[in-house]
Amino acid sequence: MLLLVPVLPLVGFLLNASLGRRLTKQVSGSVACGAILLSFLVSIAAVWQLVSLQPEERSIVQQAFTWITSGDFSVGLTFRLDPLSAVMILVVTGIGSLIHIYSTAYMHDERDREFATYFAYLNLFAAFMLVLVLGANFLVMFVGWEGVGLCSYLLIGFWFEKPSAADAGKKAFIVNRIGDFGFLLGILLVFVRFGTLDFQEVAHAVAGIGPEAAFGTLSLITLLLFIGATGKSAQIPLYVWLPDAMEGPTPVSALIHAATMVTAGVYMIGRNAALFSRAPETLTIVAIIGTATALMAGTIGLVQNDIKRVLAYSTVSQLGYMFLAMGVGAYAGGIFHLYTHAFFKALLFLASGAVIHAIGGEQDLRRMGGLKRELPLTYWTFLVGAVAIAGVPGLSGFFSKDAILYRAFAGGHTVLWSIGLLTSLLTAVYMFRLVFLVFHGERREPAAAVGGPHHLHDAPPAMALALVVLAAGSIVAGYAGLPAVLGGGDRFAQFLEPSLGAGAEDAGHAGPELTLMTVSAGVAIAGIGIAAYYFLRHRAAADALAARFSGLYRLLSNKYFVDEVYDATIVQPVRITSQEGLWKIVDVRIIDGSVNGVGQLVAGFSETLRRVQTGSVRAYAASLLLGAVAILGYYLWR
Amino acid sequence: MVTLNHYLVLSAILFSIGTAGVFVRRNLITILLSIEIMLNAVNLSFVAFGRALGAADGQIIVFFVMTVAAAEAAVGLAIVICLFRLRESLNPDSFVSLRW
Repeated sequence: MLLLVPVLPLVGFLLNASLGRRLTKQVSGSVACGAILLSFLVSIAAVWQLVSLQPEERSIVQQAFTWITSGDFSVGLTFRLDPLSAVMILVVTGIGSLIHIYSTAYMHDERDREFATYFAYLNLFAAFMLVLVLGANFLVMFVGWEGVGLCSYLLIGFWFEKPSAADAGKKAFIVNRIGDFGFLLGILLVFVRFGTLDFQEVAHAVAGIGPEAAFGTLSLITLLLFIGATGKSAQIPLYVWLPDAMEGPTPVSALIHAATMVTAGVYMIGRNAALFSRAPETLTIVAIIGTATALMAGTIGLVQNDIKRVLAYSTVSQLGYMFLAMGVGAYAGGIFHLYTHAFFKALLFLASGAVIHAIGGEQDLRRMGGLKRELPLTYWTFLVGAVAIAGVPGLSGFFSKDAILYRAFAGGHTVLWSIGLLTSLLTAVYMFRLVFLVFHGERREPAAAVGGPHHLHDAPPAMALALVVLAAGSIVAGYAGLPAVLGGGDRFAQFLEPSLGAGAEDAGHAGPELTLMTVSAGVAIAGIGIAAYYFLRHRAAADALAARFSGLYRLLSNKYFVDEVYDATIVQPVRITSQEGLWKIVDVRIIDGSVNGVGQLVAGFSETLRRVQTGSVRAYAASLLLGAVAILGYYLWR
Repeated sequence: MVTLNHYLVLSAILFSIGTAGVFVRRNLITILLSIEIMLNAVNLSFVAFGRALGAADGQIIVFFVMTVAAAEAAVGLAIVICLFRLRESLNPDSFVSLRW
């Protein structure tokens, strides 16, 4: 049954990819939605079966076939469902289904053929993502890991006639490849060190080992795996592809670049929690990188003017949060944030997609405003998402963010905790900046002037369905992991315990936890207040602030010039060495030169030697005789 | 007393005469004749060895050589006739077009 979960979307992909050009939009859309919905139902059934087992025995394994056998080493195409992958498959298929349904409306202006291609890619993505999270060993996970990277590339570049979209696709693919290389090296090192690639066997192998005191093999393995995670999950230094990935269709941004694929790195660390727990050096690096990314992306998000880019930086920032959680050992907290984030970030992206759809493709915040009245449903659902991500008490984001911040504080990482708190202030500010700029205030430019005569309309039914369900999810999802101090018992963490290892969560410090909750709730509300002051009441004050700190503003709106720095330090040197050195010298002169040189040498020799071919039979006979005499002479006088 | 060496020296002299003929003469038919002399020089050494060693092998090979020589003469003369018809010449130096 487990096998069906990834196979169903794969079948959907095959159908749409092979027959898609002959199908109408209705048929190809239904095939894709049906495939992922069926997969969702199978996932629910599988998780139901899992939950009915004893907590210690919660693991369902299914091996499709043995993939590689060499000596006593064997890798199977094996899927394993345990609490961690259960959470992931529900998120992937559940939110994936909603986004498929949403896409049927969003992509309706495409031609039949492109519509089918789009859904084929989307189904393929779901299949690979499910392989990634269900894989029972590193190799199967790697297949999914590469597959989702491919689908991400295809979907970012979906409108490839636009050069910026094609470039963004390439950028995403290349940057991801850099991380994947680290990941692959990590996998090889796991094999060298443990002789197996199965997650459970590796966890058993390290069970008896204490944390490494100095930087050793385990630290190196985990660091390499983490490099893979920085690529896929958009962390410093490889986060640069994610904001550009917004060139793809908005539902794709929601599914791949917010809810599922980019969380693969977090999932991977959670999956290897046993390894990471024994490499404190790496964990420190993970926590620092995560926090730095959260802060950096949060500050950039404050001043961006493209609605989707703000959300993209917000995603990078929230992913940083998850890595902070992983780094301080709060694996369950990180996965919990992954799960709640999937709801509200998908919601925010889909709502922003509804806005973009409604006003004819405009993405610039400066041309929006006052859409609250025309798009009430979009407004309210977006507001729910914004409140949830800002961390207002009672919604899902609050619980998961608080779980992370509390663990960081309780673990003694006060600096990381305070930066995390600052970031959550920033989160509230930039999210409500979006809300106020898009939905409140004056209508700044008639939509008709932007996209030609265009009827301003609220989300059509398919889009509305997805928005409403996700909004409901954003509100209630957090209650699955209601912390003990609020009388919830932290069921989410307990559910994950068999996967992530015991002792990750300790209850009891009720006093500080409640205080911290109050602090972070206060911070969230303060952030909303700041946003309201600058972007709702005194918009001139925001401009004045930007003018006063114009240096800082320029730095932020140019994204810390990271792209420029990468271009100058990596892209241009590589390009120049390739073009001037490798191409014009190594390839043209050395490689081509040696081949041509051999040819010329042969030609030159032949030019001389062919003079021997005189045509005179007696000359040949004479050389024959001379040769015979010479050989005989040699043997006689030797 | 005629020893093996005498035969061999005679054979060498005949072979040299034949070889010289092949290189020196400018008539294809003479060249064929010179080749016959060379073959018979070899035949002489074969039978001389055969007698010296008391074995029949040398004589047997000589019969083979004579047969082949007859065939070679037939084919060679036929080619010479064709060449003569082609160029009205028996000088081997007029047949050097097969070169670089």
